[in-house]
Amino acid sequence: MKSEARNPKPEVANATREVNLSVQIGGMRMQNPVTVASGTFGYGVEYAQLLDLNQLGAVVVKGIRLGPVRGNPTPRTVEVASGLINAIGLQGPGVDGFIKKYWPFLKELKVPTIINIWGTTVEEYAEVARRFDELGGVGALELNVSCPNIKEGGAQFGTDCKLLSQVVSACRKATRLPLITKMSPNVVSIAPYAKAAEEGGSDALAVTNSYPAMAIDIETRRPRLANITGGLTGPCIKPIAIKLVWEAAKAVKIPIIGMGGIQNSADAIEFMMAGATAVAVGTANFYEPQTALQVLAGLRDFLQRQGLTDVRQLVGSVRVEKV
Amino acid sequence: MLPPTMVEESVRIISNERATDLYFRLVVQSPRIAPLVQPGQFAHLRILPLREALLRRPFSIFRVEGYTFSILYKAVGKGTELLSRMRPDDELNAIGPLGHGFTVPPAGGEMPLLVAGGYGMAAMYLLAQRSPQRGIVFVGGRRRVDILCEDEFRALGWDVRATTEDGSHGEKGLVTQPLIAELKRGTAGRKLFACGPTPMLKAVSRIAEEFNVPAELSMDEHMCCGVGVCLTCVIPISTGDGWEYQRTCTEGPVFDSRLIAWEATA
Repeated sequence: MKSEARNPKPEVANATREVNLSVQIGGMRMQNPVTVASGTFGYGVEYAQLLDLNQLGAVVVKGIRLGPVRGNPTPRTVEVASGLINAIGLQGPGVDGFIKKYWPFLKELKVPTIINIWGTTVEEYAEVARRFDELGGVGALELNVSCPNIKEGGAQFGTDCKLLSQVVSACRKATRLPLITKMSPNVVSIAPYAKAAEEGGSDALAVTNSYPAMAIDIETRRPRLANITGGLTGPCIKPIAIKLVWEAAKAVKIPIIGMGGIQNSADAIEFMMAGATAVAVGTANFYEPQTALQVLAGLRDFLQRQGLTDVRQLVGSVRVEKV
Repeated sequence: MLPPTMVEESVRIISNERATDLYFRLVVQSPRIAPLVQPGQFAHLRILPLREALLRRPFSIFRVEGYTFSILYKAVGKGTELLSRMRPDDELNAIGPLGHGFTVPPAGGEMPLLVAGGYGMAAMYLLAQRSPQRGIVFVGGRRRVDILCEDEFRALGWDVRATTEDGSHGEKGLVTQPLIAELKRGTAGRKLFACGPTPMLKAVSRIAEEFNVPAELSMDEHMCCGVGVCLTCVIPISTGDGWEYQRTCTEGPVFDSRLIAWEATA
């Protein structure tokens, strides 16, 4: 948006020597904590002409299951105040289609690729995990147990502690790749789910996915989405996501990737202070593809201004008085 | 490394004037995007005064002159309403040129017959300008004010045939009527190119099939990211044994009419 943020000043670039930005997610090292949210970045290649993907902490691809998925009928998205409701329905090429069409590009990147996977059964999740383990060169797997837009699979696993634990353990047995469990926000308390994922062998949590939502066209009296309901994302969900990160961070020891409405570095810093080790830019990619790099530049500036030497000093640094 | 096909740049408004009661013509200085534009492509504009309405708005590129491009738009919603109030020297952020456009006929190739509904005309100017063969433009609208830029097509030496539903300009009726009359006179070496509302495109598709002439249609589907990642703007495209959703912003907006699986559209 602002040309200044898009072209970081030279002194900021030099500062990389003084400030450590790298973070660790399980066995995966990220050169900086800024990544993107699954489903908002395609398979990376679509944005390759608009930004340097190798400057990101990692690239996260759209959800993939074993076979190809056609997705939901249109309209699939609707813009609402400070947000977007989507019901895409996880359209995708399946494991083989992905490997053929997108992996040749992704495997050449200098930064890790995180592959978001899903299934309709515990066995399918495990099988997809096994296939990507076999592939070699994958940075990490993100288990999508929280998509609200599909009838089977997705959120049904993320809102039932027992099923969640089964999915995570089955994937844990199928691969040595770092596992990130993408948590559903649609629970009364996130703590038991976060613990179930940790105990099942997840190396990290992604907090959070979209919120179930709906919009109606008052002239036609019809829902604005063909799927009737969808998942709400964008800046309007940020404060809710911050609270979930804070609660999850108190419940587990594994790192958290925070996401939900990040538009700038201040938003990202807020997530880190709430307890996130890394952050992901989501809906903002749709309207400003430079957002993740702007967040990174702003984060570096903030650390310098605060006299901090390591980005990890921000993690969970919110000051909360004990009651 | 391949040269870029799309770029993001801050573009400065040169002019933004009312063309008719309903339509505006915006011209922007865009040194990086303008030279790349192919007929039928679009620009994705971020209108910053929109604030809480976050998304970019896609606009077909109308004309390209030097390092400028222009669009024609109707002030219908929040985005276009605010855009219409922007002034010269104001800035917009643009990503473009985007999408797969029209196939410009080769020299000595097909004679193009363009079919436009309202400001669908705008998306076809570059095609008319860059086509080695002059052709005919059939343009239709509800009323006289819906018919735009006729003179600019005539200035290119094209035959323009207008229709309005209320008869206030040109022939009274639908744009497909003079098209059918023309095709009855002969179809050899002719190709249809269309841009306009979906029912019109569907009718053109049927006519193309009936007369067995090739047709390229610029499809209009609600769009979000514009670059192929969000999968909002999909339409059903035949795959031989069935159909799959393809992206209007990337595989389209222009599709061969024979590939569109109309039976699967809403």
